[in-house]
Amino acid sequence: MNLLYRALLYAGVGLILVYLLFPFYWAIISSLKTPTELFKTPIDYYPPNFRWQNYVEVFQAQPFGRYLLNSAVVAGTTTLLSLLIGSFAAYALGRFQFRGRSVVYYATLAVTMFPQISLLSGMFILLRTLGLYNNLLGLVLAYMVFSLPFTVWLLTSFVRDIPWELEEAAYVDGASPTQTLFRVMLPLMAPGMVTAGLLTFIHAWNEFLFALTFTIDDKARTVPVAIATFSGVSSFELPWHLIMAASVIVTIPLLVLVLIFQQRIVAGLTAGAVKG
Amino acid sequence: MRPTIAKHNSLAARKARTGWLYLMPTILILLLVTVYPLGRTIYLSFFEAGLRFPLKLEFVGLMNYINLFSDPVWWRSVLNTVIFTATSVALETVLGLIIALLVHTNFRGRGLVRTAMLVPWAIPGVVAAQLWRWMLNDVYGVINDLLMKLQLISRPYAWLAEGMLIMVAVVLADVWKTAPFMALILLAGLQAIPKELYEAARVDGATPAQQFWRITLPLLRPVLLVALIFRTLDALRVFDMIYVMAGTQIATISMSIYGRQQLLEFADIGYGSAVSTAIFLIIAIYTAVYIATLKVEVR
Amino acid sequence: MKSKLVTTLMAFGTVMALGSAALAQGVNLRIMCGTVGTQFELCKKVTGDWAQKTGNRVEVIQAVPSSNDRLASYQQQLAAGSSDIDIYQIENIWPSLLGDFFVDMKDHVPATALRDFFPTMIENHTVNNRLIALPWYGDAGLLYFRTDLLEKYGFKAPPKTWAELEAQAKVIQEGERRSNPNFWGYVWQGNAYEGLTCNALEWIVSFGGGTIIDTRGNITVNNPQAAAALRMAAGWVGTISPRGVTSYREEDSRGVWQAGNAAFMRNWPYAYALGNSADSPIRGKFDVTVLPRGTGPNAKSASTFGGHSLAVNRFSKNVKAAADLAVYMASYEVQAFRATMGFNPTRPAVYKDAAVLRAAPFVGKMDDVMNSATVRPTTITGTKYPRVSEAFWNASHSVLTGRSTAGAALAQLQSTLNRIKGNGW
Repeated sequence: MNLLYRALLYAGVGLILVYLLFPFYWAIISSLKTPTELFKTPIDYYPPNFRWQNYVEVFQAQPFGRYLLNSAVVAGTTTLLSLLIGSFAAYALGRFQFRGRSVVYYATLAVTMFPQISLLSGMFILLRTLGLYNNLLGLVLAYMVFSLPFTVWLLTSFVRDIPWELEEAAYVDGASPTQTLFRVMLPLMAPGMVTAGLLTFIHAWNEFLFALTFTIDDKARTVPVAIATFSGVSSFELPWHLIMAASVIVTIPLLVLVLIFQQRIVAGLTAGAVKG
Repeated sequence: MRPTIAKHNSLAARKARTGWLYLMPTILILLLVTVYPLGRTIYLSFFEAGLRFPLKLEFVGLMNYINLFSDPVWWRSVLNTVIFTATSVALETVLGLIIALLVHTNFRGRGLVRTAMLVPWAIPGVVAAQLWRWMLNDVYGVINDLLMKLQLISRPYAWLAEGMLIMVAVVLADVWKTAPFMALILLAGLQAIPKELYEAARVDGATPAQQFWRITLPLLRPVLLVALIFRTLDALRVFDMIYVMAGTQIATISMSIYGRQQLLEFADIGYGSAVSTAIFLIIAIYTAVYIATLKVEVR
Repeated sequence: MKSKLVTTLMAFGTVMALGSAALAQGVNLRIMCGTVGTQFELCKKVTGDWAQKTGNRVEVIQAVPSSNDRLASYQQQLAAGSSDIDIYQIENIWPSLLGDFFVDMKDHVPATALRDFFPTMIENHTVNNRLIALPWYGDAGLLYFRTDLLEKYGFKAPPKTWAELEAQAKVIQEGERRSNPNFWGYVWQGNAYEGLTCNALEWIVSFGGGTIIDTRGNITVNNPQAAAALRMAAGWVGTISPRGVTSYREEDSRGVWQAGNAAFMRNWPYAYALGNSADSPIRGKFDVTVLPRGTGPNAKSASTFGGHSLAVNRFSKNVKAAADLAVYMASYEVQAFRATMGFNPTRPAVYKDAAVLRAAPFVGKMDDVMNSATVRPTTITGTKYPRVSEAFWNASHSVLTGRSTAGAALAQLQSTLNRIKGNGW
């Protein structure tokens, strides 16, 4: 009985692992095949030889390096800006008692529910007016729509969990709120900021609709747009080997982050659900 | 006595002032990037505005909304979105629950599975869509090959082309990407259930099935509800997965894709804005209903 | 002959004069070119030549491959008043949609030089008396067939009717399947996009079923001949064409074809040069002809006309240099060179050019096909064309994928088109 139970359990776990990981395995395998091997039947489940050349070609077929840089700049700036602005707001929302506080809190929360599409035409006009169309800064501004409220909301819940005593002591010593924030609260908020920063970064790195609509060319185009509109200069079918190589490249940084900060990410993802 | 109160008051006042000061950047930015664009979208929805140079706006009142209500393609997109949301969220929940229950039990290699769960979640939506598009290729796709080898299908299917299979394909891809997210949240919920309850139940002679229905599910309910609501909200706004895998074709067109198509492909800024406003209202109503139910739940 | 020489010299003179003016500035230009097949490489080459000649710099940006996605991205850029792209490669179905945003080429090309282009093409690109783009190359749907396989299975000539095509495709497919399980009879473009509009229009016209909307604006598509045409095409899916064909675009079908896995293909002329490239498995084993005709009283061979042109962004910071580059790209020399690569000239004279015909005899055949090609109903529907086309390809797609019968889909299409038409086009 116990042995059967163990066997079933491990079979189930194995099945789930295959389900979760096989597609990514397939992306890697496909990225290492030659076009001829890709369009060959029966299918090879393991390439006869690894064609690393594909990873070089991705960067030659189009300015992929530039796209990566754009993505990194946009996601990085969005994250830092959200954390900077958001931590002030979170401190105010989590600690101070004043009229209108909860209105602001719930309004911020409501913004995270906004469908992106409903902002599309207005945002388009806004960016055009500010001269930020097809511009990395414009994309950062547009990404504030989801990154800022999310950061504020997550950090606020972290701030509320920080014990009062240290802060009290600072006030008793005559520190101003700003001094207290910088000397006492920010170090205590650091774990929360890591979590919020990671989730914001991943979200911004993966964003597609705004990036598709507000960029034109390699000046501001990000990786997801490049992958979605990948077209071959090859003379055969769609260059799946390059699309897959590009996909693996864009996913690797995320996987590294996930492996290092697993606990923090899970904490952030489940924060809302478990606390209610 | 008096000076202390005064000092307290002034501290409270100072804190209120500082509070607003701290909130100002956030409020200003959100006004700029959400309230202004939304207002602009709603405003434009009452105008006829094509792509002309210079831009000409002609007030048409509710005309765009009347057209919207009588457009079968819009209703088709609403229906598609509802079908997509219902099936993918339902499958994700069931699959997520199974994964969570499995991972919750004690076995060697648990950490590995938990890490693996984050892989589909972390992969960009666009990448997941392209990956599934490739795996579902009719001739060279691995899915057909696997299913044929397992003798689950008798001929290769053109998942992205045949009849309604395209909807099945996008749901499959979406479930793969988001079921792990569901599982993570449910796992957190499972871990919050006190172990003593199960011990007591076991003492009373409850079977594992009884334990699941009497303890696990009722106690998981609040978490499950929140997770469901979040996922539903996300699924109702679906864009990336369907757009990359199926484009704008009518079999799978979602509300967001329909809206973007009107705005950009047909350059009908007025009508497209009306679509966008309608989507906003639908989501807002859904959100309001859910907040109301959640409040009832909590009580 | 003499007058031609004079105009050519004049055009050349203009190019040189503008070229030297641009040289003084040494500007940076950005052009958005198509990416299907060899287009991108060719665009880089031609603009590179110009850049070298004039001392300017040209950057070629890849446009998204699908026609309707490209239109969407152009519209959003132009609506944003963006000056990022100086020259756009546009399609002949877009002038009335985008015309406002392009400069009048008549300000940059002498009227005499314009007479060297096909007059219909110049007319097609004239919006409100402004010439909004220079015609660059023409496209028309062609039937590609494998000469070696036709011979192997004893067919003396390529099919003249769809029924013949079905019969030949079936025989060849059955025979080839014995050694190649992935072999198909006929591949085409069945994805739900502008390319399906082109394919389905060809079927319907070939059955005498009209052009969706006639020149007076009447919706004519809901007729028995059109239904018969769609039914016929739906019958191919899963029999002589792969089931996946309803997700194919140009490059997907060319992939199957060029790998040697299809007996027939419907595609644009660009696939000709590629099929004969050095590494192509089907090199020298195929030819092209007109598409087959249907049945019925007005049955004929039909081919959808597609044209590509070069337009200069009115927001460009270097309008003069950009116009200069466009003029160069549409010049006789460049078109003669590109003609040998499968891009049909927009200047009648090139079709008679002995050097071109020697290098690519294929070009000679294209003259007739181009002249008799069917035009999509863009002139009458104006800015509503994208909606019309979308409704049409959706209806066709639902028949091909078996979600709807031809009769029901066309009746539904009729009411959709009536809605789009409203009080008039």
